[in-house]
Amino acid sequence: MNAENPKAETLREDVEHAERVPTTGESAGARTVAAVPAKKIEGRSPWALAWDRLRRDKVAMISLLIIVLIALMAIFAPVFTAWTGHPPNEQYHSTGLTLNGLPKPPSSTFYLGTDDLGRDVLVRIAYGARISLLVGVIATLITVAIGVVVGLAAGFLGGLVDTALARLIDVVLSVPFLLVAIALVSITGPSLTVTILVIGFFSWASVARIVRGQVLSLREREFVEAARSLGAGSSRIMFVDILPNVLAQVIVYTTLLIPVVIVVQATLSFLGLGLPPPTADWGGMISEGQAYYRVAWWFVLFPSVALVITTLAFNLFGDGVRDAFDPRTDQLLNK
Amino acid sequence: MIRFLIRRTLLGIFVLWLITMAVFGLFYVTPNNVARTLAGRQATPATIHLIQERLGLDQPLWKQYFDFVGNALHGNLGYDYYHQVPVTTIIAQALPITVSLSLGAAILWMIIGVGNGVISAVRPRSIADRGLTVFSLVFYSMPTFVLGLLFLYFLYFKLTLAGYDWFPAGGYVPLTDDPAQWARSLILPWFTLALVLAATYTRLTRGSMLDVLSEDYIRTARSKGIRERRVVMRHGLRSALTPVVTQFGIDLGQLIGGVVVTETVFSLPGLGKTSIDAINQQDLPVIVGIVLFASAAVVLANILVDVVYAVLDPRVRLH
Amino acid sequence: MTNPATTPAATSTGDPLLRLEDVRKLFPVHSSSLTNRDRDFVHAVDGVDLEVRPGETLGLVGETGCGKSTLARCIARLYDVTSGKITFDGRDVTTLSRKQMRPIRREVQMIFQDPYGSLNPRRRVGSIIGDPFSIHGIGSRQERKRRVQELMEVVGLNPEHYNRFPAEFSGGQRQRIGVARALALRPKMLICDEPVSALDVSIQAQVINLLLDLQDEFGLTYVFISHDLSVVRHVSDRVAVMYLGKVVETADVDELFETTRHPYTKSLLSALPVPDPDIADSRQRIILAGDVPSPIKPPSGCRFHTRCPKARPDCVKVLPPLEPVLGDPPTHSAACLHPLEVGEDMSRSTPQIDDTETVVQLREEGAK
Repeated sequence: MNAENPKAETLREDVEHAERVPTTGESAGARTVAAVPAKKIEGRSPWALAWDRLRRDKVAMISLLIIVLIALMAIFAPVFTAWTGHPPNEQYHSTGLTLNGLPKPPSSTFYLGTDDLGRDVLVRIAYGARISLLVGVIATLITVAIGVVVGLAAGFLGGLVDTALARLIDVVLSVPFLLVAIALVSITGPSLTVTILVIGFFSWASVARIVRGQVLSLREREFVEAARSLGAGSSRIMFVDILPNVLAQVIVYTTLLIPVVIVVQATLSFLGLGLPPPTADWGGMISEGQAYYRVAWWFVLFPSVALVITTLAFNLFGDGVRDAFDPRTDQLLNK
Repeated sequence: MIRFLIRRTLLGIFVLWLITMAVFGLFYVTPNNVARTLAGRQATPATIHLIQERLGLDQPLWKQYFDFVGNALHGNLGYDYYHQVPVTTIIAQALPITVSLSLGAAILWMIIGVGNGVISAVRPRSIADRGLTVFSLVFYSMPTFVLGLLFLYFLYFKLTLAGYDWFPAGGYVPLTDDPAQWARSLILPWFTLALVLAATYTRLTRGSMLDVLSEDYIRTARSKGIRERRVVMRHGLRSALTPVVTQFGIDLGQLIGGVVVTETVFSLPGLGKTSIDAINQQDLPVIVGIVLFASAAVVLANILVDVVYAVLDPRVRLH
Repeated sequence: MTNPATTPAATSTGDPLLRLEDVRKLFPVHSSSLTNRDRDFVHAVDGVDLEVRPGETLGLVGETGCGKSTLARCIARLYDVTSGKITFDGRDVTTLSRKQMRPIRREVQMIFQDPYGSLNPRRRVGSIIGDPFSIHGIGSRQERKRRVQELMEVVGLNPEHYNRFPAEFSGGQRQRIGVARALALRPKMLICDEPVSALDVSIQAQVINLLLDLQDEFGLTYVFISHDLSVVRHVSDRVAVMYLGKVVETADVDELFETTRHPYTKSLLSALPVPDPDIADSRQRIILAGDVPSPIKPPSGCRFHTRCPKARPDCVKVLPPLEPVLGDPPTHSAACLHPLEVGEDMSRSTPQIDDTETVVQLREEGAK
């Protein structure tokens, strides 16, 4: 029914055709024994292909597992309380502190030791995971949402809109982030919402800049012209035609942004501007542990380890995602 | 080229002006407890008002802003609330420390970062490459303060306990006083800052070099018989350095914020630590002064980076 | 605004479906200096008059850079013309806003040259072909799917491949997808911008045949742009030849090939391969020297005078009007002050002016 040469209907079916024809020679014998019908090669979307590559990347999958475990730890933090019998903010002066009022090392009662107020370090680490993951994911999502919209608008609409937005991006990127973030938080007082907002406020600009660059080059492609000739409006072209083409880069950037946000949040906490006590959070714990590092190494070490492992896992996973979308690096290395 | 410079500078000034407005807006518009804090718990409204008047806090906002900008342009950034020391003096005192820390770290991280990146790229998948990749990945994932504390613990505490008094716990010795002690007080902070940042550069350089080394013109150079080392260094590295320069520009600007943590951990009274102290005391002029100064530094750094870019890549100039 | 459905169709009165009057499109050239009053312009389309009658195929030929693609985009209103008038189906569409253009876009569609660039690689072809429906809000989801699959069958694609991505199709098939997309809203006119130039020769024939079949089935009018004269000859009813932003000759296709009037057209034709080796050997090969002049500073008078073998002093000063010459019928116009007679041997002409780059070579293989 096809006007075209049936043998060349699609590239895939060409291959199928070749496979179905029994080969002569050595394999013919083996073939005829088990007449297994050749698998029909289904065309797959770029997303499915990327997901496949990701699945085969062992390091990325292990990192994903670690992330899931940490997330579980955060979600089921109350289980830790039930298990050890110690709520995260409960201070155990008698059992948790030495006679001199110093933290106690890891023992059978306190698996990871206690902090300077006699609280269970293990349980606090579990609850601290909640903060890190919550801020990490939410702040990143907000950042990316804003950044993508601004980048799309600036890149696609061009003209005055682009000039204004591009200058805005420049300004936001010029501001020394940490200093101003600290100052802001100090004025408004530390809280979860403020932390998320402050981080989001400064990070969207880098996303916007990247997206804008992408959009500027995509704008000249013929399929955009085609959409225009069909009568499509700007917002439709932006979201239906251009967005899917930047999405891959955005996803990669997002997965690599999360660990950065986690570290930034921990840094803010460390400087005393994270969350108000007594909320358990890794940066804060390390900050409190700072004064005791000589006598209570566990107080500093365990939250640090938790933090580094989480960040490392996200970074490795992010690398895996990036390689899944852009397998060029593998090809280069296989030479 | 000159036109390009002028355009960039004008843009930079414009950005700076926007920043002053933003900074001013953020800090001076919010309800100001400073007067109240200074006056103390038992203060009467009259006292508070008096303090406000003296510090100029009761003027209309726009007048405060103009005074602020006018003064800034004359090099007067106000006086700190508590001891009436000129903010410019405070900055001048803290600046050498931050500069020593930043520059030393910058040199270190560029050497380590780019060097490792090149080694990795030249021998991909070798033991050296894999080792360096893991190495840089771990440091990349480590916040500066964690690394700093680790250093303090192992290289200061444990070592000193064992009798090797190599590294101090903190504090700063000016270069002019005693160069050896100056270096000694800065070694751990330098490495803390450098190792974390070097990791970014290792990854960046490695990726960029791999891309460049697979280009056809490199293959041509090799087939001409040029020695491998020359191929890599002269032909490969030059092109691969562009994203590195960009990143350096960004980092240099953000560095002032970044040293905050290192200075805090190692008790170095540079701009970072000073600003933290000021924030804890709500000493607004100092905060604003430092933020402004840091922003100006960032803008300047960006201009410099753009100039370097334009020198490296002539196409930029035509835009 | 008048509804196109109620406006008396141009077809019934015998008026052209599309008319271009002195259309110009100039692009400013970005200069690098900061202060610049005198902007340079690229004269991409420099005063074009054209007519396309309903149901016919107008072939538009010329070399790269002559402005035919720009002209196509001006007709499709992808660019705003700098000056001139475009009348489509009796309506002046030159300055309509985007909103006003929307109903007209359903009548004029475009097929693009690059089968790889004109389809969004991240969207499924069913969605791409269904774009016109969803943009203009026609039909429900099911409806659209049904119609898209119908279209796919019409152009010779397997409707089951509805959910595949463009990357899974060959070049020829992708052009078919483009054609299906263009046909979705049953337009009156299709502008084909070099639709087969990027395809292998064997596939070209298939796509061209498809286009011809569709023209018969749906009563379409085509503006067919190409640099390949042999394709144009096969497809067109009338042909317009462009050079440096202007039309130099228009005629019915056979007339153009047999009674060529303009020297440029003649040199284009002489480059066409001819199957019969005897004829090929004995004909004159006219090779123009030099390159096409820059469209930023087009030559004065007749644009072709710098390369024309028959250039005379008046060609430098006077811009020849596009009108019938030497007693030709009104359908055959040429913009030349010294047009060719039938049987004239241009290879023997020498230019009579100084600023020309022409070197004419004669190839008389027949003498051997």
